[in-house]
Amino acid sequence: MFEHYLSLLVKATFIENMALAFFLGMCSFLAVSQKVKTAIGLGAAVVFVLTVTCPLNAALYHYVLKEGALIEGVDLSFLNFLTFIGTIAAAVQVVEMALEKFAPALHAALGVFLPLIAVNCAILGASLFMVDRDYYVVDSLFFGFGSGLGFALAIAALAAIREKMRYSDVPPALRGLGITFIVTGLMAIGFMMFGGISL
Amino acid sequence: MASKSKEVLLDPLLNTNPIAVQVLGICSALAVTSKLETAVVMSIALTVVVALSNLSISLIRDYIPSSIRIIVQLTIIASLVIITDQVLKAFVYDVATQLSVFVGLIITNCIVMGRAEAFAMQNEPWPSFVDGVGNGLGYSLILISVGFVRELLGSGAVFGVSVMPLVTEGGWYTPNGLMVLSPAAFFLIGVAIWIMRTINPDLVEEQ
Repeated sequence: MFEHYLSLLVKATFIENMALAFFLGMCSFLAVSQKVKTAIGLGAAVVFVLTVTCPLNAALYHYVLKEGALIEGVDLSFLNFLTFIGTIAAAVQVVEMALEKFAPALHAALGVFLPLIAVNCAILGASLFMVDRDYYVVDSLFFGFGSGLGFALAIAALAAIREKMRYSDVPPALRGLGITFIVTGLMAIGFMMFGGISL
Repeated sequence: MASKSKEVLLDPLLNTNPIAVQVLGICSALAVTSKLETAVVMSIALTVVVALSNLSISLIRDYIPSSIRIIVQLTIIASLVIITDQVLKAFVYDVATQLSVFVGLIITNCIVMGRAEAFAMQNEPWPSFVDGVGNGLGYSLILISVGFVRELLGSGAVFGVSVMPLVTEGGWYTPNGLMVLSPAAFFLIGVAIWIMRTINPDLVEEQ
């Protein structure tokens, strides 16, 4: 049983990396990766929000929305999107209030991107993958945590590369966004080596 | 008025392209472009959602209290996406299965939220609708070009119809395996941005 969860965790972190294999959460991935410090802050926030929302949504799905879960013969799964986004928005609100109180410096650094986690595709994506792959509540706890970890790892690595890249001579038209895309592509190829691992 | 509509419609195609210039909605742009068919269906779905969400948000913009506007916008967008999802499942089931979670992810596509927040909240319903269509088309432009290149070079086909016969089937074209894989989308969009910024040097970022 333990092995099953461990493999789920490793798979979500490396092999099926949210950012580099599924391109989820790209907007904040590209926009907040200027500095390693803010990148790690956003990564931590994503890990936390994913670990909370994924099992919560799994529980809602399996006990309320799934076909025949609440009342025999009633399929509420068309409400998935609305329910999931509601849970996520609420969780993000809680995280924001907690950070403002306990870590004001980090709150200031994350700025506008904290509320935007609510519309970060990685968060909603994880919940939708949970439905797609039929993960149960405990499965999705590990899946959510692993996915968040993978995202945090990728964004911290990209930020570190971009900090170094400030000293490189990039063609003017490619500067900033263009070169970041190409670097991310190369990182995605790097992460593909994990694809050979079978768990 | 007519020229303003035209500007609002055509600007997002090149000058303020949502993907290449505003950096919005990249997630789905990368994931659904390995084949042209999925790229086209995704483009249509997104254009419809952006146009309608801009229209409906603009219609009720004076009645939304600003403190809860995000949740109101999200609810409207999510409802539109649910309808789109059901329609796709009903009429093009195969493609809907291939797109899997990415239809649902239109909710969190930054283009939709971004345009609602930046344009629809301040403008009349008609320009907002046109702005939504324009941004949807700008998104489609990039998505379809990337999908076209990836399918052509990756499997020698367009819309699943073989254009360049593959070596494995007795033809002459050896497919470029990289194009089917995900990183190719990054390189292609990177190059697209490069070209756009070479043509229009105003967009070049400061060092």
